[in-house]
Amino acid sequence: MTANPSEAVSVPLCARLDQVSKLFGSFAALRQVSVDLEPGRCYVLIGENGAGKSTLLRILAGLLRPSFGTVKVFGGLEPHDARARIGYMSHAPMLYDELTAQENLRYFASLYPGRPCLTPSEALRQVGLDPELTRTFGQYSQGMRQRTSLARVLLPVPELLLLDEPFSNMDVESAHQMVELLAGFRQGNRTIVITTHQRELAAPIADWVLALRAGRVASFEPGFPTL
Amino acid sequence: MPRALWTHLVKDLRIELRTLDALVSMLFFSLLVVVLFSIAFDPRGVFSQQIAGGVLCVATMFASVSALNQAWAREIRHQVLDAQRMAPSPGAELFLAKVIANFLFVTVVQIILAPCFLIFYNLHIVGQAWLLVLVLPLGTWALVSNGIFFAALSIRSRNRELLLSLILFPIFIPALLAMVQATTDILTGESDPTLWIKLLLGYDIIFTTVSLLLFDVVFHAE
Repeated sequence: MTANPSEAVSVPLCARLDQVSKLFGSFAALRQVSVDLEPGRCYVLIGENGAGKSTLLRILAGLLRPSFGTVKVFGGLEPHDARARIGYMSHAPMLYDELTAQENLRYFASLYPGRPCLTPSEALRQVGLDPELTRTFGQYSQGMRQRTSLARVLLPVPELLLLDEPFSNMDVESAHQMVELLAGFRQGNRTIVITTHQRELAAPIADWVLALRAGRVASFEPGFPTL
Repeated sequence: MPRALWTHLVKDLRIELRTLDALVSMLFFSLLVVVLFSIAFDPRGVFSQQIAGGVLCVATMFASVSALNQAWAREIRHQVLDAQRMAPSPGAELFLAKVIANFLFVTVVQIILAPCFLIFYNLHIVGQAWLLVLVLPLGTWALVSNGIFFAALSIRSRNRELLLSLILFPIFIPALLAMVQATTDILTGESDPTLWIKLLLGYDIIFTTVSLLLFDVVFHAE
């Protein structure tokens, strides 16, 4: 199934997936998915467990290669070649338990040579954490881990932000704060793709909702019409 | 030293200093091997002089493998490796930093182990003792650089710990042979260890270069 909302107007695309399928052995996690992502928009991916949401994000991040079809980002680049411009937050925090948040972020910032990054303190303040905390990351609560993980993603100021279940393990207030933060991020003409089961939390910032079912695009519609 | 290499190295050293996971496990394991061998073989005989080099190398090897098996554990645990793969810094620098860090850990263990070893085996070095300062680091580098590479290669395997031993030991045999022979030659003073040291050096250069060239492929594999 094809879902190209930008076909009518000529807008430089942030990403284009064309007939993308992904096989793990004989299991098809994605089947012929075609989607165009415009800059400055927030796309919310919904679907049951195993629908292919995380696989789609990992393909956009360049961490997986499609078995069939093509993925281009920022006007024709392979995701892997543009990975410095893409931020990816997965279910796991992708940080070291043994280091403090500052040490973790300082470490990751130094892996982006030549790219202007936020300072670790700036990134931590943006997600509402105290940069002076001296506890190691392993001693953080789930909500704090999630925020620190987001801070890591925001460090290199990515143009395409891919968030896999960012609201899981968060209390409602923290989740709303994160939504506000993402709304501000989108205003900088950056693109956000979020997978979530908590549709109501993502509703305020969702420009488009992409529903996946068994690896196929079930629907691709503006906003959350049913909410 | 490239900035990212230094950053990876400092991170690995900092984590190890906080947890002491690799150092403690290696130290206990290698001490255990040395003590058990000294009980199994009479340390007073001339025979001990002949096998001492082999025991030292085997103790180092088994102890190192326990640490090498865990070398990427922290990167796998919270998918940190994915975050590192997303960063534009070259994977070869991450590899080299891991090798240097683990080389330092094994060297620390060897420095602590050496006096115990001399006492338990009642050794008197007949050959040029200073050559041990060359042989042990060269052998350790061979073990660690291969170990880190193959540990990365087997990351996605369910039986990665078994797989590492199965791949690493056969490939390490030439270096092990050279290390044992050179160490025995130095301890007994019966022959010149130069040839074995050259072999070790050549092995290190070839395998480190190949690992550096191939690591990006392994690092970015799905």
